[in-house]
Amino acid sequence: MTLPPSLEAILTFLQNWWVEIVCGVVIVAVVPLIAGYVVLVERKLMADMQARLGPMRVGPHGLLQPIADALKLLIKEDLIPDNADKLIFWLAPVISMVAAMTSMGAIAFGPTFQVARDINIGILFVIGVSSLGLLGIILGGWASNSHYSIIGAIRSTAQLVSYETAAGLAIVGALLLAGTLRIRAIVDAQQQLGVWFIFLTPVAFFIYLVASIAETNRAPFDLPEAESELVAGYMTEYSGFRWALYFLGEYANMIVVGSVATTLFLGGWLRPFPNVHWLDWLDFLPPLIIAAVGVYCVYRAGKQPAEIQIWFMWAVALTCFAVAVIFAVPLFVTSLKFILPGLHGAFWFLLKVSGYIYLFMWLRFTLPRYRFDQLMHLGWYILIPLAIVNVLAIGVAMILESEFSWNRWFAALLTSLFTLGVAAFLVNLYDKRTAAASAPATAAARDPYAG
Amino acid sequence: MLDSITFYFFAGVAVLSAALMVTRHNAVHSAVLLVTTLLATAGIFLQLRAEFIFITQIILYVGGIMVLFIFVIMLVRLDVALHHIRFRLQRWVALFVALALGVEITVVFLFARRLPGQGLLIQEPAPADKLPPNTEELARSLFSSYLLPFEIASVLLLVAMVGAVVMAKKRIDQ
Repeated sequence: MTLPPSLEAILTFLQNWWVEIVCGVVIVAVVPLIAGYVVLVERKLMADMQARLGPMRVGPHGLLQPIADALKLLIKEDLIPDNADKLIFWLAPVISMVAAMTSMGAIAFGPTFQVARDINIGILFVIGVSSLGLLGIILGGWASNSHYSIIGAIRSTAQLVSYETAAGLAIVGALLLAGTLRIRAIVDAQQQLGVWFIFLTPVAFFIYLVASIAETNRAPFDLPEAESELVAGYMTEYSGFRWALYFLGEYANMIVVGSVATTLFLGGWLRPFPNVHWLDWLDFLPPLIIAAVGVYCVYRAGKQPAEIQIWFMWAVALTCFAVAVIFAVPLFVTSLKFILPGLHGAFWFLLKVSGYIYLFMWLRFTLPRYRFDQLMHLGWYILIPLAIVNVLAIGVAMILESEFSWNRWFAALLTSLFTLGVAAFLVNLYDKRTAAASAPATAAARDPYAG
Repeated sequence: MLDSITFYFFAGVAVLSAALMVTRHNAVHSAVLLVTTLLATAGIFLQLRAEFIFITQIILYVGGIMVLFIFVIMLVRLDVALHHIRFRLQRWVALFVALALGVEITVVFLFARRLPGQGLLIQEPAPADKLPPNTEELARSLFSSYLLPFEIASVLLLVAMVGAVVMAKKRIDQ
């Protein structure tokens, strides 16, 4: 039987690309679930830090809460304000989410698990496409035809334009050390050097951390949606599923910046100390950690009040044990050893990303919100100059190492200390400026009746 | 086969959204369509396997549009712009420019082949797996053969930026 040529072309296309298509579908299907559970973890952590219990009703310890929330959002009435620009109002949340999902395509979750084939411009693609999500925010804010929304959208743009520069320059620091934009090559460079880049350029990591919190609009930089000032900022007028899309985009964006930070500074999918052979027992950690979670679930199952919750806890525990066995099998069966890097790589990668997101949440619950002028000053007067100095310092350190054969660690330490000195100088300068600016205002210049 | 499908798709989207962009009355709609045009152009770059140009197009132009949005929202009062301000002459100027451009392109395509050795340079596309990684290639040519123009252009941009800051600052200080 001969196939018509068009069908044959489609078949060869599928043959060449089925791995990518399957990975893409998996990402689109799994990321909303992960985002939902990130929300649950965030609420639980917040409750923990405020000495509360958090969601407890739906499922044991609220484990089914995200699914209930998603169902509720799906069947909620979808309101569109009368004077809104309907088409753009409809389009904006979609842009936000599509941008976040697309940029996830280029991220390598393990040495073998990546949607896009290892593209040349890897890290640039992730940054560039994820910044398109801002378009969704600003369009949504404008189309709502509401003052709160538009102020939120404008704040968001100003914030992102300011902090993207700092984030980009911080990334340049790590890219200089790696010498490539390819995501896999960046991680390989860290393996060859035997050190994560965070230890060579801690300042760049710190700048990226601050800038990425600002880019994802999270506290203490959540001015675009500051609830005490702007109700909910750009998404004030949104409800139901459209609102959920914005929310999903925001959390997907958190995963994206976490993945970029992990790839660039935290060694990607490498386990800690990948080159130290007497630490090879660390390979046994992933199944052990997952099994420990299962044991904990068994322990908690006895303390559940209702019988169905006990069964649910046991089911979670058994799932954990099954996953632990899957992780453990390639360690012992030599014929399956080839899936070890992919499987365990994904584990370590996701562990590091979770750690980064945990840091985000921790900062959110402990720091008060910035004022907008403070935010702009921090970005333009401190972070951007610091990032520029840091790029120069890394260049100097690399030349000292290659041309004058200095010790790598000594050069890195020296330049990092220099950058920290510059940071102290900038902060000092900023303090003096603000002190000088506020001094006359408190004395005579301010007329209380001037209006 | 796949290449030509993607090319015609992106080209069609680019042309269509460009045409819609100049005919919309609402400035924000025009800006959205401009983004679409630029993204479609970026898609064509990608189809030509110029991935660095593709991402530069997205980061610079689409990023620039964000700032354009802010200007549109903050500086143009849309309701006023819609009803009162009409630059009548614009239509004739635009028609003239479009005609001139059309004639120019037609002449180039019609007569290019007749000029010996000076026609349009049509090269066979290199096989995809043999292309050099073009980020590195671009960096190499920018920082070796075109170093002086590159530096002059960057100094020019720096001067423009400093000038803008100085002008804005003067107004704030007064």
